[in-house]
Amino acid sequence: MKVAVIKFPGSNCDQDALYACREMGFGAEYVWHGESSLSGFDAVFLPGGFSYGDYLRCGAMASRAAIMDEVRRFAEEGRPVIGACNGFQVLCESGLLPGALMLNEDERFECQDVWLKCETNRSLWTAGVDKILRIPIAHGEGRFTCDDETLRQIQAENQIAFRYVSAEGERSAGANPNGSLDEIAGILNKKGNVLGLMPHPERAVNGITGNFDGRQILNALALVSV
Amino acid sequence: MTTVRLYVTLKPSLLDSAGRTVASSLQNLGFDEVQNARIGKLIELKVENYDEARVTEMCKKLLANPVIEDYRFEVVP
Repeated sequence: MKVAVIKFPGSNCDQDALYACREMGFGAEYVWHGESSLSGFDAVFLPGGFSYGDYLRCGAMASRAAIMDEVRRFAEEGRPVIGACNGFQVLCESGLLPGALMLNEDERFECQDVWLKCETNRSLWTAGVDKILRIPIAHGEGRFTCDDETLRQIQAENQIAFRYVSAEGERSAGANPNGSLDEIAGILNKKGNVLGLMPHPERAVNGITGNFDGRQILNALALVSV
Repeated sequence: MTTVRLYVTLKPSLLDSAGRTVASSLQNLGFDEVQNARIGKLIELKVENYDEARVTEMCKKLLANPVIEDYRFEVVP
């Protein structure tokens, strides 16, 4: 398993993503956004940060970078792609995932641990999640939104990967840190091989942070045959 | 050279939390008549051989996100 961690100008969780992948025993290398090939890689990690300074819209310019044509092709082949935080914004902007991420409802940058309920195990990324996960978030623009028809569609197609819940795993408005529609924290594409989420699983993989819950998500890569 | 003035605005159905904050600041300053504020973007383009269809394409490909935004543009005389 060799993971491509895509670096855009302004990515700042690229080192965390690379470190987390290697910590979990996967090969991982950076791929610069201007590259056009993912040859030799088995998975893609779009890291968090503030690509292109969040100019225009978060993830807008990054989603049009040269490497994204290749990421799109890679995703269409059914291979694993994950985007965390800014990576999620890039996936939505690129059209690989539905919806958009807007300024948090309370206008604050939210930096805290949240609890996530996995809403479907019928995907590559969520098959191994068997408990409520505690994962950190750090974002100002993570309010997921989409139109009613899209919401019905992603509900019907089991594309909601994670919802914000209380520590006890209950749905409640108070557990939603950014005002996301339907308390959505992460979504999948129809095939289930592309996951975008605002929380940072790569920041929860070892004892340094005292939290291993991110492994439940990233460990999906261990089950992919390469 | 043509100057194109392009307005990108959030769809009316969506909460504009930044606009809400601005409205509340204005109210705090005593401008009680302010009921609401919505913030958009103004993008001014200088283009050669202006072609309306090309500018529409720019909006669709990059400048506006159809999931959350509307756009309109005008040529500055």
